[in-house]
Amino acid sequence: MNLVFDPAWLPRLGQGVLLTVQLTLYCMGLGAVLGAVLGLVRVYGGGRWSPLYWVASAYIHFFRGTPLLVQLLGIYLGLPTAGILVGPFLAGLLAMTLNTAAYQAEYFRGAIQSVKSGQMMAARALGMSRAQAIGHVIMPQALRLIIPPWSNELIYMLKYSSIVSMTALRPETMDLFGVARSIAARNFRYFEVYILVALFYLAMVLILTVALRWVERRVRIPGLGTPGRGI
Amino acid sequence: MALLRVENLHKRYGHEEVLKGVTLAQDAGETKVVIGPSGTGKSTLLRCINRLTEPDQGRVWLEDTEITSRRTDINRVRAKIGFVFQDFNLFTHLTALDNVRLGLMKVRRMPRAAATGRAMAELERVGLAAKANAYPAQLSGGQQQRVSIARALAMDPKLILFDEPTSALDPELIGEVLSVMIQLARDGMTMIVVTHEMGFARSVADEIVFMEGGVIVEQGTPDKMFRSPEVPRTGEFLRKISDLYGESR
Repeated sequence: MNLVFDPAWLPRLGQGVLLTVQLTLYCMGLGAVLGAVLGLVRVYGGGRWSPLYWVASAYIHFFRGTPLLVQLLGIYLGLPTAGILVGPFLAGLLAMTLNTAAYQAEYFRGAIQSVKSGQMMAARALGMSRAQAIGHVIMPQALRLIIPPWSNELIYMLKYSSIVSMTALRPETMDLFGVARSIAARNFRYFEVYILVALFYLAMVLILTVALRWVERRVRIPGLGTPGRGI
Repeated sequence: MALLRVENLHKRYGHEEVLKGVTLAQDAGETKVVIGPSGTGKSTLLRCINRLTEPDQGRVWLEDTEITSRRTDINRVRAKIGFVFQDFNLFTHLTALDNVRLGLMKVRRMPRAAATGRAMAELERVGLAAKANAYPAQLSGGQQQRVSIARALAMDPKLILFDEPTSALDPELIGEVLSVMIQLARDGMTMIVVTHEMGFARSVADEIVFMEGGVIVEQGTPDKMFRSPEVPRTGEFLRKISDLYGESR
């Protein structure tokens, strides 16, 4: 078998990488904010019978319980029928943000709940309000604990962002996978193009993994979260 | 007028009534030691005083503020009442210095420089200025408890509640915590201490309160409680606990 790689693909693939990275980082950032709020509501929102808790839970169950693809097409094709026009990039970003927020909410809930209950009690005993205790004591610890599951989610979303190729029709709105598909469709070099694309994804994942490991080490505090090696 | 008054405090967990009407008064500068078998409501009593646990019934006053009133800003009251936990509960993500400084900056709204000065002074007082930059996990249990006492002291409390402050410590670390507490008592700090350390009770308590089954069985000076308790059960418990924990400390 004769593999042929054409350097002329690279500029377009590079553009695709850029869009994939943008989409992933934006959705993860926005998803973290929304996820943190939802996670906090699930833990501190007044228990099972409060409306806030109920809304947050319903949201989380809905977005975790339905396929991202359905959510994406629902937004991209459904919203315009309600008179709201969204481009492919915005539809992709919105769907991915809403979806990852639901997962991240659960990671936040887990991280917040694994902060020892005595921490909240000590903060309240000092005279802090609950909001102060959450801000100064609970979240700084929860945010450190959340890094490993959050890294997982980041990698997952980076790869899953390829579904926006379902809606992108013009080259400038295509993510890495979309670009690859359109190149391959023209020259029939499917094997080569997809090998290349797989390597691009792999490289991005490795870079992000290393970066987050570095962050994790930088903010690590003795006695909090993952013990050191050899235990 | 007493600094702290507790009146007819009741607390129930499910079917079990842990506090069945506890009444006591504490003057400024006084050290009260609360003793009794485990599960008799001693810790619950302390937690009801600053409402870390909500009492079901009864009232608590700090000077002329009714702590148990719904209109009272509980955070302002808590800032005036130090609390030292059995398992220290130092903030895991903060150094010793930051643990002591956090309340000063966030609750008392003290500027950073002033808060740092005050926090260092308190760490000095408990003999841990050299450990200011250590995280809790890098300190021994005794050191952690001393930092947590410094954290309480920094807030200029009118009263400090100690909930079995040495029960989670290895025997050889108990002494360093007790000596800090003894010094505090001698300096005139107002303290309520739940403990089994009879040596401490004997040497610094102004009053010993014996609780059992959710009520105060008997209270009085250490002399009276150890030598001539009125209730036979008090003498029995004190003998047992003294045998168990010794009085040498």
